[in-house]
Amino acid sequence: MTSTETRTMSLTLNIWRQRDRTKKGKMVTYHVTDVSPDMSFLEMLDVLNEKLILSDDDPIAFDHDCREGICGSCGVMIDGIAHGPEQTAVCQLHMRSFKDGDVLDIEPWRSGGFPVVKDLAVDRSAFDRIISAAGFISAPTGTAPDAHATPVPKGDSDAAFDAATCIGCGACVAACPNGSAMLFTAAKVAHLGLMPQGQPERDTRVLKMVAQQDAEDFGGCSNIGECSAVCPKGISMETISRLNHDLLGALRAGAVPTS
Amino acid sequence: MSRVEWAYRGVVATVTTQPAQRRAPKTGRFNNSVVKKTVMAVSGIIMILYLLAHMVGNLHAFGGAEEFNGYSHWIRTIGEPAVPEQTLLWIIRLVLLASVIAHFWAAISLWRQARRARPVAYVTKKRVQQSFASRTVRWGGVILALFIIWHILDLTFGVVNPAGTGTTPYDRLVASFSNIPITLFYVASILILGWHLRHGIFAATQTLGQTNKKRERAVNGIAYGISGLITVGFLIVPLSIAFGLID
Repeated sequence: MTSTETRTMSLTLNIWRQRDRTKKGKMVTYHVTDVSPDMSFLEMLDVLNEKLILSDDDPIAFDHDCREGICGSCGVMIDGIAHGPEQTAVCQLHMRSFKDGDVLDIEPWRSGGFPVVKDLAVDRSAFDRIISAAGFISAPTGTAPDAHATPVPKGDSDAAFDAATCIGCGACVAACPNGSAMLFTAAKVAHLGLMPQGQPERDTRVLKMVAQQDAEDFGGCSNIGECSAVCPKGISMETISRLNHDLLGALRAGAVPTS
Repeated sequence: MSRVEWAYRGVVATVTTQPAQRRAPKTGRFNNSVVKKTVMAVSGIIMILYLLAHMVGNLHAFGGAEEFNGYSHWIRTIGEPAVPEQTLLWIIRLVLLASVIAHFWAAISLWRQARRARPVAYVTKKRVQQSFASRTVRWGGVILALFIIWHILDLTFGVVNPAGTGTTPYDRLVASFSNIPITLFYVASILILGWHLRHGIFAATQTLGQTNKKRERAVNGIAYGISGLITVGFLIVPLSIAFGLID
């Protein structure tokens, strides 16, 4: 056993406060004491919120749900890095990654496609609209087919699964200097496009999804790689190359970019 | 409009939200950001091919005035008398002009899209892994455009050349690089070109869908190799003149 249980930290937090999407926001400074290094970052915010509530202040709004790193609800910029200094979702980030006395700037994802709902919570329904544009397959319902009815090469299934681990947290957009959602879109395109079941709509899917990502006020990719570096699921830049390859293939095959 | 209420220990926070509108996707090939990137990649590759030819041509300076001027004359007379003088040269010039315009159109269009994509800037934003080359690629491009204009006025037309107009290409070459400020300007511009190409070659490969994890090292190696070759190939002539190896 180490002595971490008894050691606590004090932090100064500059947090973005914004009443709603129409109001202007600003950074407000808070002090949090008695922070255990074993708390998650969100638990630390919970402690701060309890303090704010007890002093009749407005608690800080932030998104969260499973707190297990798999739902994609949470995510804030911590000192200029999406999800903070560890490559994980912010719920899986522990206060031991910080030092006593640290001063941290905490901001929401900043993107034209993600309007701020309140404080650190942003509206990520643009991602849902990118998926609903074409991020699906048309399969007849009925009895599940035998598992070996449609063989999938191991390499393809692994690559598709790697892409499918995307939890849609939006860190890629937040980190991208261009505010591009291309890593997210590429992950969704790749995880279907690599599977035999995804082939019939492969060409139209990529065109529709990229058209929707462009329409949602996300930027274009300039291959900088910040997205992949902060992705909690480590989705790689090759996914974007795959999307580009699919899109150019679709245009060559004569598919037309329409909705 | 919808109202969302959060309640916790008697404290209620009310937030009014606009229902998110499904925005109409942009149609048309050239509104597609991946198509814009492809235009950028293809025009860039055309310009890189030209740069390699230009670099090899420059090395004729080591053969002396007669050889260099002869090469310059040869470019203007290729295909004669089957085709009029300067036919090939004008084809090259038009292709290059079209490439420069396409490259700029794609860059400006993506730049504007990126500005729209982040209307409110971060108070604090750190770099996690981006390279110097990728970060400077846009402003580098603007500087290179200004350099190219100056370069054409200097060595092609001689308008801003110390030796003036009506001189031979070799005279202009030696006059420019015997001048220290002009030489420094060229050296700086070529170094910017090198960084621009280091990111550009990688990005073009990625945009054309040709990179993957296995090829990553090779693609980066090729990007460094070609940009290094072009940088050294273009620096060697001005520096040889500046240091008196060619006169």
